[in-house]
Amino acid sequence: MVSRRQFLSTSLQAGLVLGATSVLPAWALPASRGNTGLNALSGNRFDLVIDRFPVSVDGRTALATGVNGTLPAPLLRFREGDEITINVANRLDEDSSIHWHGLLVPFYMDGVPGVSFPGIRPGETFRYKFAVPQNGTYWYHSHSGLQEQLGHYGPIIIDPRDADPVDYDREYILVLSDWSFEGPHRIFKKLKAMSESYNFNHRTVPDFAQDAAEEGFNAAFEQRAMWGGMRMSPRDIADVTGATYHFLINGHATADNWNAVFSAGERVRLRIINASAMTIFNVRIPGLPMTIVQADGLNVQPLEVDEFQMGVAETYDVIVQPQDEKAYAFTAESIDRSGQVVATLGPRPGMRAQAPALRPVPTLTMKDMAMDHGAMDMGGTDMGGGMSMDGTKNDTGMADMDHDMSGHDMQGHDMASMGGGGDVKRGPGVTKLAAMPSGRLDEPGLGLEDVPHRTLRYSQLRSLEPNQDTRAPEREIEIHLTSNMHRYMWSFDGVKFSEVTEPIIFHEGERVRMTMVNDTMMNHPIHLHGMFFDLVNGGGNHLPRKHTVIVKPGEKLSVDISAEHVGDWAFHCHLLYHMHAGMMQVVSVLPSGKTEHSMSHDGHPPRHKTPMQTDGMQDPNIQGHDHHKMGGEH
Amino acid sequence: MRQVIRTLSLSALTASLLAGTAAYAQDHHHEGEAGNAPWSQADAYYDPQDMAESRNKAQHHAGGQTFWFVMADRFELQFTDDEETGVWEAQGWLGGDINRLFVKTEGEYSLEHDEIEDAEIQALWSRAVSPYWDIQTGLRYDIEPDGKAHGVFGVQGLAPYLFEVDAATFVSDDGDVTARAEVEYEFLLTQRLILQPRVEANFSLQDIPGRGLGSGLTGVDAGMRLRYEIRREFAPYVGVEWQGSFGDTADIIEAAGGDAQGTALVAGIRAWF
Repeated sequence: MVSRRQFLSTSLQAGLVLGATSVLPAWALPASRGNTGLNALSGNRFDLVIDRFPVSVDGRTALATGVNGTLPAPLLRFREGDEITINVANRLDEDSSIHWHGLLVPFYMDGVPGVSFPGIRPGETFRYKFAVPQNGTYWYHSHSGLQEQLGHYGPIIIDPRDADPVDYDREYILVLSDWSFEGPHRIFKKLKAMSESYNFNHRTVPDFAQDAAEEGFNAAFEQRAMWGGMRMSPRDIADVTGATYHFLINGHATADNWNAVFSAGERVRLRIINASAMTIFNVRIPGLPMTIVQADGLNVQPLEVDEFQMGVAETYDVIVQPQDEKAYAFTAESIDRSGQVVATLGPRPGMRAQAPALRPVPTLTMKDMAMDHGAMDMGGTDMGGGMSMDGTKNDTGMADMDHDMSGHDMQGHDMASMGGGGDVKRGPGVTKLAAMPSGRLDEPGLGLEDVPHRTLRYSQLRSLEPNQDTRAPEREIEIHLTSNMHRYMWSFDGVKFSEVTEPIIFHEGERVRMTMVNDTMMNHPIHLHGMFFDLVNGGGNHLPRKHTVIVKPGEKLSVDISAEHVGDWAFHCHLLYHMHAGMMQVVSVLPSGKTEHSMSHDGHPPRHKTPMQTDGMQDPNIQGHDHHKMGGEH
Repeated sequence: MRQVIRTLSLSALTASLLAGTAAYAQDHHHEGEAGNAPWSQADAYYDPQDMAESRNKAQHHAGGQTFWFVMADRFELQFTDDEETGVWEAQGWLGGDINRLFVKTEGEYSLEHDEIEDAEIQALWSRAVSPYWDIQTGLRYDIEPDGKAHGVFGVQGLAPYLFEVDAATFVSDDGDVTARAEVEYEFLLTQRLILQPRVEANFSLQDIPGRGLGSGLTGVDAGMRLRYEIRREFAPYVGVEWQGSFGDTADIIEAAGGDAQGTALVAGIRAWF
């Protein structure tokens, strides 16, 4: 006979066990549950179901929205060039979608509602069909609403058709993500109401007292006055933080200890995907160097580092070769140091590595504001003299700064005339333009400037293969990343996606330089669908090709783009709530021989009406269309 | 003269509310027709009507949404030597990034007399005109003490050095002009323990005998509140507030045997949703 108390206790334990072992795809299991590395499973047909389902995160249960009942979603693994069929059934009571992040699919298979297809209605099944001319580590996620925040993301591995230049004995996927028990719409509403709702890293009065003791009262006061005068915070680093987020690796919080095994001396390939909604991570494994071999799915010349900053939606493949029979702490730390998640790499299943302590919160500097010393005289015509200030300790100039700044933006025009932000629409949505943006490719990212080990800089990345398209760009377009943090408004060129009346036009076959200027105080991982960015980083004909690039605060960087793939492509900040607030645009690659005007209604190619049913894409005409006319793949 | 002011203020008010409605409608208008679609290449593969709908939806959900917000900035008891008063000040809004419908209310409740002594409600169209400033215009109605209506023109925003400002001019249906300005600042003692100085000043352009107001600066409340944000949305506080009347207003109070100045201890809750 079982007493009620015993019964309760037993079922609670069962619940806990069940919780800790909530449904996971095999690749996401820890070694303690039998995952000793990925199997080279491949397929060319996948059936996915989008639904809500219970999950256990960090010891609590919640309802996720995702794919096939697992958080993260199943691994899709297939071979380069194979034609893939993916049936996606939507069992939600709202529209959904799947976007194949980084995959060069025909645009109407790209999965962005309102841009490349109408979305998948409740109860409908949509058939994606494509073949892609690429291999590597990618991922997929919803492009509808805020579903991504709720667990709608999973990994993709495309195995190379030929020999893999990366040599490894064992491989794992590590999907990094951020989970909140608050609903994403609640999070967004709070940001709209009080943009600093989740920021518990502000500079306080005791901090001021300490600064005053160290630097003198005047210097400390001038600092504060400078930031306050501009109505900004030097600790405005992440909008949504560890105050609400539980950071996860393959669905596991630190307490759940996702663990992987290795044999000493093995080359272990870690395919790391940042599938967060909002979290830029610093990734490191104390005591174990990582050799970066791939970035955003494309192989790069091996580069050994100890830490790298990883934007939302970026992927990095690294090789680690642990020699010691000990547990290593794979650590992903939020950029604002409000939290981290630790997994274990060890010689035996179930080991738990010692988690490193969270490091001190970094503080933004003048350079992040893109208004350093040289910019003080606002008349500035000769400000191109490069950046001089660096680091956090430089106080000179800040006093002048606040003189110049404080009065200006009351007029709403403050720096438009000097920042060079020619086409930016000024208004309530744009607090400032970067007066003096700088090249920051040679920096490791906020908070990593002074760490005592090797960090990745974008300037170091070199593609393994020589670039195919080495043409000089025919023209350059400049795009400003703009915001009003206080009102939580985010946009490109001061225009929210809801206000866009014309897309960015590329013409098929042209090579375009896109120069992005970050007028905001935040890092933005910027993503263009359907085309890679050739990051102009001094790499000659070995430019790294990326689908997502972090643009640092106050930074100006350029990417060259070969507009090979005709279609309408989404272009946006991959911080989910920034996109949701308006930081999105469409790049329309128009077929060669057509002008913008002839793309009006009558100018379309013959229409293939494609209902959204399972059989929708089985029309042989359409398949023929995919790979020859529209896709332009090779 | 007063009649003229009243007519002017009411017509200005009507105009501004109409303008607000128009602006709101404009901000929420979407190009639905395929001919005007900013992009439409997928229309060749899918039903153009479906594409138009999803395009409108996608655009709307990236910057065009409507939100609401409600905040009880002060919901407190004030204790002086001889009386206890309940005080509230709350505001809420509904709208997008630029145009919002604001509702503000504040008032006082005497525990001694068990009655509301002072209560007003404002309905305002608020429009963001610069990164940190909104212009607000609309109506104020004084439920207590005397049921007067006022036209309102004000500004609300964040001044340099992070001072929160809310200032408005009121024109009553008698043509009386008054004004009120509030300024708040926040010192973070820790990430959650916040000291907030707050000053409110009231002005009158003319004597308003019915309200015991003389022209000029009529009163100042200067307070200091220390709150602890258990969550950002919910913070109990304690504080102290000095309340003073000035000029003819002070004389009127003193002539009636009252105190023109006083200090109150306050305890309350700040909450938002």
